[in-house]
Amino acid sequence: MIDPAYPLFYTFHFYLFGVIALASALAFVTRKSPVAAALWLVNVMFALAALYVMLDAHFIAAIQVLVYAGAIMVVFLFVIMLLNLGHPSEIADIRGKWGKGAAVVLGLILLAEIAVVSGTRVKPEWVLPRGEMDRLLAEKGAVGVVADPLFTHYLLAFELTSILLLIAIVGAVALGRRAEHHVEPVSEESAHAG
Amino acid sequence: MLAEALALSAALFTVGVVGVLIRRNAIIIFMCVELMLNAVNLSFVALSRYYGADGQVFVFFVMTVAAAEAAVGLAIIISIFRHQQTVNLQNINIMRG
Repeated sequence: MIDPAYPLFYTFHFYLFGVIALASALAFVTRKSPVAAALWLVNVMFALAALYVMLDAHFIAAIQVLVYAGAIMVVFLFVIMLLNLGHPSEIADIRGKWGKGAAVVLGLILLAEIAVVSGTRVKPEWVLPRGEMDRLLAEKGAVGVVADPLFTHYLLAFELTSILLLIAIVGAVALGRRAEHHVEPVSEESAHAG
Repeated sequence: MLAEALALSAALFTVGVVGVLIRRNAIIIFMCVELMLNAVNLSFVALSRYYGADGQVFVFFVMTVAAAEAAVGLAIIISIFRHQQTVNLQNINIMRG
């Protein structure tokens, strides 16, 4: 299935990072400790960033490392640390045979769908001419390729995204605030005991 | 490499779905959803190489939504933990009638 248009070096590394991503994902799902699972997920994201570079999406690869592997996963690790997960009662969280059975059945259904979908062919007139992305990258640079449609064609969606982020910030602050049951100020110990 | 990238994306998505089904820890289920979003991002990027840069713009939006989702979802998990002292979904049955 190796495409002769790609050099062996490229193909080898593509498969290498693909295998790393898949193996890390399997390790992520099966680890018991939440911290180990989070770090395996970071590994998946780094392997995906390498694949993005190989697929000529350099800016997206940088954002993947900065935002996903950096910011979002750090928030997850902070929450795991804050909740002090990892003590024995939380460790055994794999579901029983019904959950596993449902997972196996759904996984097989999804893989069968992949097998069916991978047999389809796309219309050739949808495909860009060969080397079009290379030309765009050389002309606009890695950031310009993304920024140009983002700030022209998708400007409304971009502005709506900023409103979505504002709503998320307000929601997170409102949810994270402690409920104020007591009218008079309480001392530090009773606040923690309550 | 389009076929390989799409196959990897589908496999990662399947792993994410299986993870949601077999785990009970709310934070790990949440991270499985992030894995599914990443799998979709990979197929967007792989297709953008053949159908134009719009796919990369969509990845940008998916990442923004994922960040917002992580912020709100983790805040919800923390407030559940304050009430129930657990994030194990088996012990959280406040919506059971």
